Amino acid sequence: METINTDIAIVGAGGAGLRAAIAVAEANPALKIALISKVYPMRSHTVAAEGGAAGVIKDNDSFDNHFHDTVAGGDWLCDQDAVDLFIREAPRELTRIEHWGCPWSREPDGHVAVRPFGGMKVERTWYAADKTGFHLLHTLFQTSLKYPGIERFDEYYSTDLVVTDGRCQGVTAIEMRSGQVRFFRAKAVIIATGGAGRVFPFTTNGAIKTGDGMAMAFRAGIPLKDMEFVQYHPTGLPGTGILITEGSRGEGGILVNKDGYRYLQDYNLGPPDPWPRKKAMELGPRDRLSQAFWHEQQKGRTIKTDYGDVVHLDLRHLGEAKINERLPMVRELAQSYIGVDPVHEPIPVRPVVHYTMGGIDTDIDTATNVDGLFSAGECACVSINGANRLGSNSLTELLVFGARAGQGAAEYALRAGTGTDDRQALSIAGAAEDRVLELFRRNTGSESISGLRREMNDAMEAGAGIYRSEDSLQACTDKMQEIRERYKTIALHDKSNVFNTDLIEALELGSMIDVATAMACSALHRTESRGSHQRLDYPDRDDVAFLKHSLAQYSATDLPVIDYSAVTITRSQPAERVYGGDDK
Amino acid sequence: MSERTIELEILRYDPEQDDAPHLQTYTVPYHEDWVVLDAINYVKDELDRTLSYRWSCHMAVCGSCGMVINGEPTLSCHAFLRDYPDRIRIEPLQNFPIERDLVVVMDDFIDKLGSVKPYIVAKEEKAVDDGEYLQTPAELARFKSFTACINCLLCYSACPQYALNEAFVGPAALALAHRYNLDSRDAGRSVREDVVASNPGIWECSFVGACSEVCPKSVDPAAAIQQVKIASTGDYFLDFLMPWKQK
Repeated sequence: METINTDIAIVGAGGAGLRAAIAVAEANPALKIALISKVYPMRSHTVAAEGGAAGVIKDNDSFDNHFHDTVAGGDWLCDQDAVDLFIREAPRELTRIEHWGCPWSREPDGHVAVRPFGGMKVERTWYAADKTGFHLLHTLFQTSLKYPGIERFDEYYSTDLVVTDGRCQGVTAIEMRSGQVRFFRAKAVIIATGGAGRVFPFTTNGAIKTGDGMAMAFRAGIPLKDMEFVQYHPTGLPGTGILITEGSRGEGGILVNKDGYRYLQDYNLGPPDPWPRKKAMELGPRDRLSQAFWHEQQKGRTIKTDYGDVVHLDLRHLGEAKINERLPMVRELAQSYIGVDPVHEPIPVRPVVHYTMGGIDTDIDTATNVDGLFSAGECACVSINGANRLGSNSLTELLVFGARAGQGAAEYALRAGTGTDDRQALSIAGAAEDRVLELFRRNTGSESISGLRREMNDAMEAGAGIYRSEDSLQACTDKMQEIRERYKTIALHDKSNVFNTDLIEALELGSMIDVATAMACSALHRTESRGSHQRLDYPDRDDVAFLKHSLAQYSATDLPVIDYSAVTITRSQPAERVYGGDDK
Repeated sequence: MSERTIELEILRYDPEQDDAPHLQTYTVPYHEDWVVLDAINYVKDELDRTLSYRWSCHMAVCGSCGMVINGEPTLSCHAFLRDYPDRIRIEPLQNFPIERDLVVVMDDFIDKLGSVKPYIVAKEEKAVDDGEYLQTPAELARFKSFTACINCLLCYSACPQYALNEAFVGPAALALAHRYNLDSRDAGRSVREDVVASNPGIWECSFVGACSEVCPKSVDPAAAIQQVKIASTGDYFLDFLMPWKQK
């Protein structure tokens, strides 16, 4: 097996990975960076983020506002020291990417414009029309080309972390063009692989969001934190799950049920008027809006379609000019994929799996419990998102913590140097290669990749959706255990070394099964309702027992063990989450 | 099964097995709201695990799934079955080597993208704490359409000049160079000019506009290239008339 020596290996080249790479290069141009991704950087799913990135910049806003919106939005499960760091660094990071050329939408006087988003007291979302993630990703990618220290390994699928005695020594990856496994020997590793929405059948997430980095860390002994918290975005297109940005409600869009009634007023989010109004109705937080849909569905007040029940997102009153200026992609997506022109008709929408609040357990410096291993972005859990992420905090998060991971890794690499146990590192890397080869060469196997994936998807939707219960989660966990067993006899049909997506999909499915199992088990053990985790059998928040982060610990033979750690509370004691507007 | 089906003729090529590419035909169900990518995914999941292709977002923004569909470079996630006959031919993008099946080797494009220095070259560094650069909506509008490129390579597949002359920097990379040249925050035009104006291809680029026709994001690279030429010609004459002028 070929060894590629580098200083810092970064797995994932989306927003967080690219930002980290640039931070390393700026910290010390002499450091060698291997930026490894299973896709070309501009294919990363950051590209699909639409609405914007939050950061305090206007005179009518304050750090305190952003802090409290984030902490209350997260149902007090956020670590408040991390939130404080995040909101203070946010405007600087957003300004930095402005200097790098991000085409932010502007006020007439040339200043960056902001728009309101859900759960925000004051509008603070910077946006580039409704293609913010796309512009942010391409700006980062193009800027990264400036730095000779960054060497990219595009279309390399990472399989395993190499950890010896609590020290990360690198990562193994398959070069997809040749099918060969390489060992990236590194002084520090950053995981920035994004979310895992694909464990569910109906998701805004692209095909690549299979939780590979989370699973890799999990298997290497790093706990996955708060995995029971999965965000449903309230407005996805039926059938495809294509995201319709919260920005469309920020611009004034309304949600109505089959009777044309703005049903959110029945769920402690009203009164409906005057509209638009911050932190009220359609600008409530995502968890509340998705849960309200579920209740409307139970009451029979949603609209039946071939692709499940929907409600209507009505933008017509915004007018064609505003829709074209602020929401051009929304219009194009709705026209193309469901034949609806939002200028003339309401858009059918339903809640769709969007974001994993949980992830690789890191501290405020993005460091994990393994020396030399860092993580940032959606795959990590710092945690600033708590039990429900506030819309437009995630793009900012990947900049703030991506940069921090890069700086931390650079510092660590210079301080710690190369790990000493060369022989053990090589032997672990060799074992990782053997596992890939065993899968690749396997001639027997009865389980189909697509079939097992479908069963996993269905089990997660049925058991761990918007509302959960002991019964549904137990059934889901049992099913995941069965699927994990059956995965051992998965069949591989493609025997080519070149761009073998049968092999890659098999490995991705393995990642998804591990991540899904962690989600289901963590959810089963949390017998309370908080944020996006809603238990029908435990409808109340329980701060005595569960104002805690869950930590799922991997077991090769059994279900993960669920442990807990303290939430850092600094200046905001848990309280009731109140939405409906400032007057409430 | 009496339900309507369609035939996909997909180009297959495995360099380890095949001397030359060949077509393989698959029968898949027809769904009114399916895109070609859905039909290809059906092949992968239900009929043939060995088919290789790239895709991710399924919403025409990641740029992965460009293919030649019935002769036209197209994003397969944005090509609806209802707009095609019942027999659809699917081939990899043209003008690039085939890596495997519908996957092309895109190294040349990646190199060219980097060669135009697609990043802000600031006149002087501005500290982050000094805040954002001011840029009016009108200044943004000058270059905004050229920022929309998703690097899907459809324009390279369609470009007659790139087909003839591999050294041609090509539509997407030139449009990107132009995007930065037009940005009020940028002062890098002269450093880009070395790559752009001296590139053999751009002066041969006719006004065919095949690139702009296939662009799924209305970037209009053909217009960018024509504007680059006019700007570069202007520079040439300024150099001639005012050799003392610093670029």
